[in-house]
Amino acid sequence: MLMKTVKDKGRKLVNQQLTNKNDTGADIMVIAAILGIGAIFSLYVAARAVDPMMEVHALVFLGAFLIGAFALVSHVSSSKEAPQGAYETGVVKAGVFASMFWGVAGFLVGVIIAFQLAFPDLLYFEGAPWTNFGRLRPLHTSAVIFAFGGNVLIATSFYVVQRTCRARLAGGLAPWFVFWGYQLFIVIAATGYLMGVTQSKEYAEPEWYADLWLTIVWVVYLLVFLGTIWKRKEPHIYVANWFYLSFIVTIAMLHIVNNLAVPVSLTGSKSYSLFAGVQDALTQWWYGHNAVGFFLTTGFLAIMYYFIPKRVNRPVYSYRLSIVHFWSLIFIYIWAGPHHLHYTALPEWAQTLGMTFSVMLLMPSWGGMINGLMTLSGAWDKLRTDPVLRIMVVSLAFYGMSTFEGSLMSVRAVNSLSHYTDWTIGHVHAGALGWVSYISFGALYCLATWLWNRKSLYSNALVEWHFWISTMGIVLYISSMWVAGITQGLMWRAYNEFGFLEHSFVETVEAMHIPFIIRATGGTMFLIGALIMAYNIWRTARGDVRTGEKSLMDESSSQAARPVPAE
Amino acid sequence: MSDKDIDEHSGVDTTGHEWDGIKELNNPLPRWWVIVFYITIIWSVVYWVLMPSWPGITGYLKGTRNHSERENVTVQMAALDAERAESTQRLIAAPSLEAIESDPALHQFAMAAGASLFGDNCATCHGAGGQGFKGYPNLNDDAWLWGGSLDQIKHTITVGRRSLHPETTNTLMMAYGRDGLLTRDQINDLVDYVSFISGQAEETEAATRAAPLFASQCASCHGADGTGDQIQGAPNLTDAIWLFGGDRATLYETLWNGRAGVMPAWDERLSEEEIIALSVYVHSLGGGE
Amino acid sequence: MLGKHEFLEKHGLLLTVGILVVVAIGGAVEIAPLFYLESTVEEVDGVRPYSPLELAGRNVYVREGCYVCHSQQIRPLRDEVERYGHYSLAAESMYDHPFQWGSKRTGPDLARVGGKYSDEWHRQHMVSPRSLVPESIMPPYAFLEKRELDYSQVEAWLKANRAVGVPYTDEMIENAALDLRTQVDPFSDNYDAFVARYPKAQIRNFDGNDRQITEMDALIAYMQMLGTLVDFDTYEAEENYR
Ligand code: HEC
Ligand code: HEC
Ligand code: HEC
Ligand code: HEM
Ligand code: HEM
Ligand SMILES: [Ca+2]
Ligand SMILES: [Ca+2]
Ligand SMILES: [Cu+2]
Repeated sequence: MLMKTVKDKGRKLVNQQLTNKNDTGADIMVIAAILGIGAIFSLYVAARAVDPMMEVHALVFLGAFLIGAFALVSHVSSSKEAPQGAYETGVVKAGVFASMFWGVAGFLVGVIIAFQLAFPDLLYFEGAPWTNFGRLRPLHTSAVIFAFGGNVLIATSFYVVQRTCRARLAGGLAPWFVFWGYQLFIVIAATGYLMGVTQSKEYAEPEWYADLWLTIVWVVYLLVFLGTIWKRKEPHIYVANWFYLSFIVTIAMLHIVNNLAVPVSLTGSKSYSLFAGVQDALTQWWYGHNAVGFFLTTGFLAIMYYFIPKRVNRPVYSYRLSIVHFWSLIFIYIWAGPHHLHYTALPEWAQTLGMTFSVMLLMPSWGGMINGLMTLSGAWDKLRTDPVLRIMVVSLAFYGMSTFEGSLMSVRAVNSLSHYTDWTIGHVHAGALGWVSYISFGALYCLATWLWNRKSLYSNALVEWHFWISTMGIVLYISSMWVAGITQGLMWRAYNEFGFLEHSFVETVEAMHIPFIIRATGGTMFLIGALIMAYNIWRTARGDVRTGEKSLMDESSSQAARPVPAE
Repeated sequence: MSDKDIDEHSGVDTTGHEWDGIKELNNPLPRWWVIVFYITIIWSVVYWVLMPSWPGITGYLKGTRNHSERENVTVQMAALDAERAESTQRLIAAPSLEAIESDPALHQFAMAAGASLFGDNCATCHGAGGQGFKGYPNLNDDAWLWGGSLDQIKHTITVGRRSLHPETTNTLMMAYGRDGLLTRDQINDLVDYVSFISGQAEETEAATRAAPLFASQCASCHGADGTGDQIQGAPNLTDAIWLFGGDRATLYETLWNGRAGVMPAWDERLSEEEIIALSVYVHSLGGGE
Repeated sequence: MLGKHEFLEKHGLLLTVGILVVVAIGGAVEIAPLFYLESTVEEVDGVRPYSPLELAGRNVYVREGCYVCHSQQIRPLRDEVERYGHYSLAAESMYDHPFQWGSKRTGPDLARVGGKYSDEWHRQHMVSPRSLVPESIMPPYAFLEKRELDYSQVEAWLKANRAVGVPYTDEMIENAALDLRTQVDPFSDNYDAFVARYPKAQIRNFDGNDRQITEMDALIAYMQMLGTLVDFDTYEAEENYR
């Protein structure tokens, strides 16, 4: 009863305040307030900054807020009627371009740091500290996970939630605030790393003020998403939206707790994290592991749950499986963090929990893979003709593989060998390239035709090229890292006939040289694939069709034919 | 669920809902999936009983195996020590270090230990093959700053040179130019002189001029004939084997800024037998006296 | 079950709350006990807060992201104990905000690198790693020895650390800048007071340049104290098997 009234109230509120901008303009007022307060605050900080990095960042914030304010004013004065009753696609289109841009940027930095490790003399520059591996590596990880992955998630979630709720995005201009606010966060984080502004907490490197800004953006994101769900015309919330919702909510929780810190000065960039030592370590890996679990897994499973059935035009394999694997996945994932701290000073009882929950996590993880793959039953032949579908199916295979590998590496005995080595890097990229990027590529290709109402992509042949070049790149990447990692692990623990250590540490560094070159080559191929894709999507958006190619299937029909909901 | 909506292809009913054209089949959970899931859960429960697991208010479940990785490694290391006890005992008890070298089995043992330790502890300064770098002496050659007998080497490793160890030797090469002890001209002359006695250059006028200067300023350490003094770690200047370099610029730099290379002391990091093994290993590198 | 689930599927807010509850449990059960169980952090002699210069060095370490290549966590495994020394204790990082245990060993573990090399070796190695270790793939950090250390905020660093639980005393905070300078000046009048505040602190000119205090001074001071604090003679290993 209570829930119902709350929900009804909520629905009314949202309908009133967030959707009908011409009625209340609440979205504009809230955004204007954020921009205004933000601008004043950044001006103050810029004037009194205690370190030059903070000054730069305050100015970047100030500039962004001013541009935002200007855009807001011109939007209001042009007083364009929002096209009621239509889906909001502008912000999704922007998201597609942002995803491509950050994807290419992140892969490029990955290629650069891969070559740095292979040829250190060529790629370090003494006079330019910002080119050092220590600063570029976090740039790479954040660019691919948060900038590329995050934009894919935001864009697809905005698309999917509208379609599966049959409702226009809630919040008027709020989705645009989320989009640009998120880009601002990325710029602050990325320029921060280059200048040496970092907390050096893996995957949570941005400093306190960037963390705060992200919190604001994220809360608005959650509200937009929930608001759209409240407005829905469908009685049920679709499974993809459960996954999106758990991703948004959980990331909020993880982000806030793990980034608790005390700034040295309110006008300075440096802070000290609230927790120390072993407590900080577990909090960090509770966060870090679940950044994998909820950013790189749950969120992308949501993509899978919409784009695969949509693309093959088949029903999802099992509703029951989706319920069971959803709840078991999100419950169990949280516990697995200690597998990053095996054999450390973290008490062993916590390690045991981390290990056992990681093993129990395998089937819930595979639930998503099964549901995706089995959805294809009856449509397997499409794999031959539709390279976009093939990319998505391969992503599920990599997902299954990397989660199996992850569970294996969580077993303490295995981890004693793999931890600290390139095996972990191989595992990461099996998941990151094979699963995360591939499912994203599939979704982006779909969106390119669906959003711009194109009959087909600019070129399917280019998708084939992309697929094969990238796949070979992934194979080179992960196989070289397995070899490197296992070699490293075995060399570290090799003993001579009298039981003394056989190898010095530098010998193991030397042994990595060839695998590092192969990895860098594989990475370069992956980057080339992504460039081909960016080109293809760009041309598709422009409405071009490559001469001499006839469309292999009518990709857009299922989307264009959908009725547009009435508000 | 109202009327059953059956999927044509599979013959399975759907849940009756549709989102943007997507339906869901009412397939049951795959059996094998459920079974494997249960197996992992049962395995975990067993594991919790055996190993340290659930936390409580004042402690945690210790587990029936009473497992501790810290204890394991301590036991393992103790076992290793015990296994090697005989050899290490003999290393320490050897009447002299030379005696170790003449006992093939013991020598082999010491070499194995020494090579292993050298790689991670010494090679970073002295090079993987002991060839050294500028400022870090070559341990393969016959030129020794501090002496190349087994005992001298052992002493160097134990207390270091100019290290933080209380018994270390602290003599250093003064900064003659920077500290104003000599003039630029005098230093230039001395550079000529050192080049001359090391056989790198002809005797020049400047060199001749510097001879008395060398005798008064430098001979106390490097000896009247410039052949060095191992007690003070002053290198032999006549053998054209250089720690820092024998070209004019480096010689000038040496005299201007002085030199005081630091060799860390290892008595706190390494055990007595490890240091003995290292001494034997270094001694065998080729240059041992 | 399915019927109940339908209810959730129709109520977005309830679904949200349900998700939050489900994902909150694991973390709460695993993390909270680390704060109250006494067995979590070992009782040891010797661990003290970082001296101001060491803390400044740690800031540089954090800023440069050395953790991406170096761990500071020796596992209780035979090869690691032989290569790097005694396995790491939780107590050794109890004042580390944030912890820097790392997750990748592109370079060796640094938990006990203190005292292993000379200051000059570190300086040279940081300036040009491959001049000493030809196989190294570590980046050069030559700029550190040219950059003067900015310690205008040193008191605020200590205060912020105190706010998150590091037991810096008023005296330590008042003398922070002086103590920082003292650590590079063996002839300082403040020598004894400084060492009393920070036992075992090493006092010398770390970068070989006595005209200014550089970031290199700070970083080397930090590296030279890593792993040197715990007094293993009084440490009860068996008490801390866990
Ligand atoms: C921090 C770098 C460093 C490390 C590590 C190091 N050394 Fe040295 N070592 C030196 C320097 C510098 C000297 C020369 C001291 C001098 O200039 O008088 C030296 C001198 C020596 C000498 C005397 C050479 C002579 O000509 O008399 C021996 C023997 C030696 N080291 C052995 C070792 C061994 C064995 C190890 C490993 C346990 C080791 N060193 C580790 C820097 C190092
Ligand atoms: C107090 C003793 C002492 C005096 C006096 C002294 N030296 Fe030295 N000298 C040393 C020591 C010790 C070293 C080696 C420093 C090291 O190992 O880091 C050295 C090193 C050198 C070297 C470098 C050798 C190489 O292999 O690169 C030269 C050249 C040299 N001295 C020349 C001189 C000259 C010329 C004088 C007189 C002006 C002089 N020294 C006075 C102690 C002394
Ligand atoms: C690209 C990876 C990388 C980064 C970033 C890096 N290092 Fe290293 N580091 C290495 C490698 C590889 C070695 C082993 C070879 C050598 O000694 O240079 C090493 C060795 C070391 C050693 C010697 C350790 C020993 O016991 O022999 C120290 C000390 C060190 N690094 C400190 C640092 C500090 C401080 C930073 C950050 C300012 C840093 N490193 C950044 C890769 C890196
Ligand atoms: C062109 C493609 C890519 C290349 C060449 C590349 C290269 C690299 C390199 C060299 C590292 C550092 C490894 C080390 O420290 O030894 C790294 C780390 C990492 N990369 Fe990539 N990468 C690529 C794509 C991606 C993508 C698409 C993602 C995620 C979606 C990703 C996520 C990560 C993560 C999370 C790490 C840190 C791993 C760890 O700390 O264990 N990378 N990458
Ligand atoms: C059942 C699922 C999974 C489990 C149990 C698991 C387990 C693990 C383990 C044990 C490690 C190594 C920790 C270490 O030794 O340092 C690891 C690292 C990692 N995994 Fe997974 N993994 C899973 C799935 C995935 C997926 C799908 C991705 C997607 C990209 C992923 C990304 C990563 C990343 C980024 C790291 C590196 C963390 C670091 O920086 O150290 N994992 N995982
Ligand atoms: Ca952060
Ligand atoms: Ca890592
Ligand atoms: Cu994990």
